[in-house]
Amino acid sequence: MRRRPWVLASVTWAYVVWSLVPILVAIQFSFNDGRSRSTWQGFSLQWYFGSSGSVADDPSLRLALVNSLTVAGLTTLIATPLGVATALGLARWRGRTGRVVGGLTLLPLATPEIVMGSALYLVFTNLYLFVPLGQPAQILGHVTFSVSYVVVIVRSRLASIGTDYEEAARDLGCGRLTAVRLILLPLLTPAVFAGAMIVFASSMDDFVISAFLSPDASSVTVPIKLYSAVRNAPTPALNALATLLVLASLLALLLGWLVQRRTTLFIMKK
Amino acid sequence: MSGDAGGSPEPAPASRRNAGAPARRDRGGRLWGLLAAPGALWLVLLFAVPFYAIAAVAFGYTDPVFNAPVPEWDPRYWDVTAFTEILTRSVTGDLRPVFLRTLLYVALALGLCVAIGYPVAYYVARHAGRRRALLLGLILAPWWVNYLTRMLAWLNLLQDDGYVNDLLLFTRIVDEPVRWLSGNPVTVVLALVYGYIPFFIVPLFSTLDRIDPLLLEAARDLGCSGRGAFWHVTLPLSRPGLLTASAITALPMFGDYYTNTLVSGSPTTTMIANQIEFYLLGGTRKELGASLVLLLSALLMVLMVYYLISSRRAEEGVT
Repeated sequence: MRRRPWVLASVTWAYVVWSLVPILVAIQFSFNDGRSRSTWQGFSLQWYFGSSGSVADDPSLRLALVNSLTVAGLTTLIATPLGVATALGLARWRGRTGRVVGGLTLLPLATPEIVMGSALYLVFTNLYLFVPLGQPAQILGHVTFSVSYVVVIVRSRLASIGTDYEEAARDLGCGRLTAVRLILLPLLTPAVFAGAMIVFASSMDDFVISAFLSPDASSVTVPIKLYSAVRNAPTPALNALATLLVLASLLALLLGWLVQRRTTLFIMKK
Repeated sequence: MSGDAGGSPEPAPASRRNAGAPARRDRGGRLWGLLAAPGALWLVLLFAVPFYAIAAVAFGYTDPVFNAPVPEWDPRYWDVTAFTEILTRSVTGDLRPVFLRTLLYVALALGLCVAIGYPVAYYVARHAGRRRALLLGLILAPWWVNYLTRMLAWLNLLQDDGYVNDLLLFTRIVDEPVRWLSGNPVTVVLALVYGYIPFFIVPLFSTLDRIDPLLLEAARDLGCSGRGAFWHVTLPLSRPGLLTASAITALPMFGDYYTNTLVSGSPTTTMIANQIEFYLLGGTRKELGASLVLLLSALLMVLMVYYLISSRRAEEGVT
């Protein structure tokens, strides 16, 4: 028996504490009974609702929350089917064009956000003038950077499924599209859900692209609000907003886990 | 990153038995192309064209009447004045310290990511025992918390009267509160580490986790000490993961301006992305901002090519 690697263990636990305690402290201060974000003054829910600066009663904070959810929801609705179709096509589409398109779907993953943000900003202000900056441009931008996640996840799942089931269906007289609909799509459900969740989460999380494509206060999302509020007179309402965001991700994670478990059980039973 | 999807094996021909029916196969080929077409079109229109727009603005001209920059879409008429100006300023002028500072901060932050992240990933992959699932969950947790929320958390702690200074004063490490949030380069580097290290640990963990423990046993049977087995087996085998993790962390660090603005906001810690944001969103000289984006992209392209070459070499070394 080797001796316990206690140095490694303490580094690891120290890292975990370092990475999570600040977040817990930030959550704690969202319940502060006072305006300070550094001195504890007792427990209160005043920054969530009931007082004029709280999340529920400050129209600008509420708008940010609604905007974030709208953009993330619509982005997920567009990027998921688009990514699944692209992945299906690319997995079976051989030849040079297919490979070029495959490479194109990976490029956004290796592009820093500021480069993509500047590119989208410049194209919407100089060429695609029919797309107004604000929510429409933000949704188009978010779909562009998040569609790759769906493509990568679904393609790797497709590769592990292989072609046997589909060929069997075809031998039994299915058409190509029917085989995709009856065989591949049900098998892909967990991957599609995982992809959709990552799209939603990364859209909620995005700051740079939203900020570059937001011309005024009407299209401010939660990350933009957090960023701009930090610099002028922050209150614990900001911590409350951030706490709600953490709660939303936890709920999404739980939902995704439940769906994943149900669909896997469903497939196994079948 | 490219390894994940690039590895999908070419599927066997869809219907070998129908080799004599080319009509059916052709229609199938077209179907797959049609399925991929909307996504391909989307990426051409909203990724490739916008990228070209950066060049069009950077090499555009200034309208003599309105004195406003006008993008030039035809490469034959590209005007390199703005780009040359940026290039000269980056090599000899006022942007030179900004570039050097960016490189220094990213290098330091990446070094700290390795120093902290490698032991953590190694411990969780190899020695965590029955706490493994718990530790993995805790290490993945920051992925699900918004980046700006995590920065905001530190802004609470680093106030002049915040918990960090309370602790430092209480333990007598310092005599008066440290001014963390006004142009302190230490804070900027640490904030970068804090922001991006979760993205470093997870890919490294998955590489370390795939290393076959039998190989280590074999090394020890052949007379290696525990340390020797680490140096001669684990470390070389984890090189591809280390490279991927570094690329995943360094790329966004180079393009980060918000961390810097939040925890410092001072011109003494300005990084290259802050300059890009300043020119593109703040001022009227967007052609300078676009030129800077081109220059940064070129720099990152060089680093990416280096990454691809060395990761291929590392993988060849493994197999």
